[in-house]
Amino acid sequence: MIPDLGKYAFAVLASYGVGLGLLAVLVIASIARSRRVRAELEQIEERSKRPHG
Amino acid sequence: MSIWEYANPVKFIRTTDKVLPWISVGAVLCLVTGLVWGFFFTPDDFRQGSTVKIFYLHVPAAMMAINAWVMMLVASLVWIIRRHHVSALAARAAAPVGATFTIIALATGALWGQPMWGTWWAWDPRLTSFLVLFLFYLGYMALWAAIENDDTAADLTSILCLVGSVFAILSRYAVLFWNQGLHQGASLSLDKEENVADVFWYPALVCIAGFVLLFIALVFLRTQTEIRARRARALMARERQA
Repeated sequence: MIPDLGKYAFAVLASYGVGLGLLAVLVIASIARSRRVRAELEQIEERSKRPHG
Repeated sequence: MSIWEYANPVKFIRTTDKVLPWISVGAVLCLVTGLVWGFFFTPDDFRQGSTVKIFYLHVPAAMMAINAWVMMLVASLVWIIRRHHVSALAARAAAPVGATFTIIALATGALWGQPMWGTWWAWDPRLTSFLVLFLFYLGYMALWAAIENDDTAADLTSILCLVGSVFAILSRYAVLFWNQGLHQGASLSLDKEENVADVFWYPALVCIAGFVLLFIALVFLRTQTEIRARRARALMARERQA
């Protein structure tokens, strides 16, 4: 399945591993923070709508 | 309709919510197609062997590392001139994305450089200016995090962005300015004679499209997050005062 990379296999596979790994971390971290902040804001807005006292 | 309508946070979130799924799907499709095409279905280069497959990650990441800073520069200028909060927050949102692309370019460049040049790193003009650009990304993000007042942070980071733009431009043209480095000149050119062979060019083009779409999708998502975080901070400050 994997093409014959010869003596450069480490360089090529490590590049794809590092590159795709960093992209995955970036995407997952962005989505996770987006969800967390959205939930926090909803909570704060809910709280601020309630009558005081 | 004017572009400045999108300076309204509610309008920005509503519009980007509509286009975000389409851009995200486009990014995934282009990245998967381009990388699978490049990795599995392109031949080895007659000089560089199979390391040419690193090209499909290295070049788009390096291009977008510089373009991300240029986008931040434009957004910073909009903030300085017109004081639209969304533009300052968009610049802030783009920084971690640009920084990640810069690390990918540096890491894949080192992994490619070792077998081709015999060294992981050299103080070559392009490599050095890219490292400085990465340090500017870190400084930019640290400055945003260090200042509590959003407007002051936006002012100071915008100035830092203007200064860092010198290195973003240097990163792109370093090979032309100083012709003594290890790094080759641009691989991609509109001149067919200078451009890489079509067999490498087409999958690279799809990968570049994927990186551009991924950048746009992430900046939209992260800008929405920054807008919401800013509103949350404002509401909490109001709560504390009440």
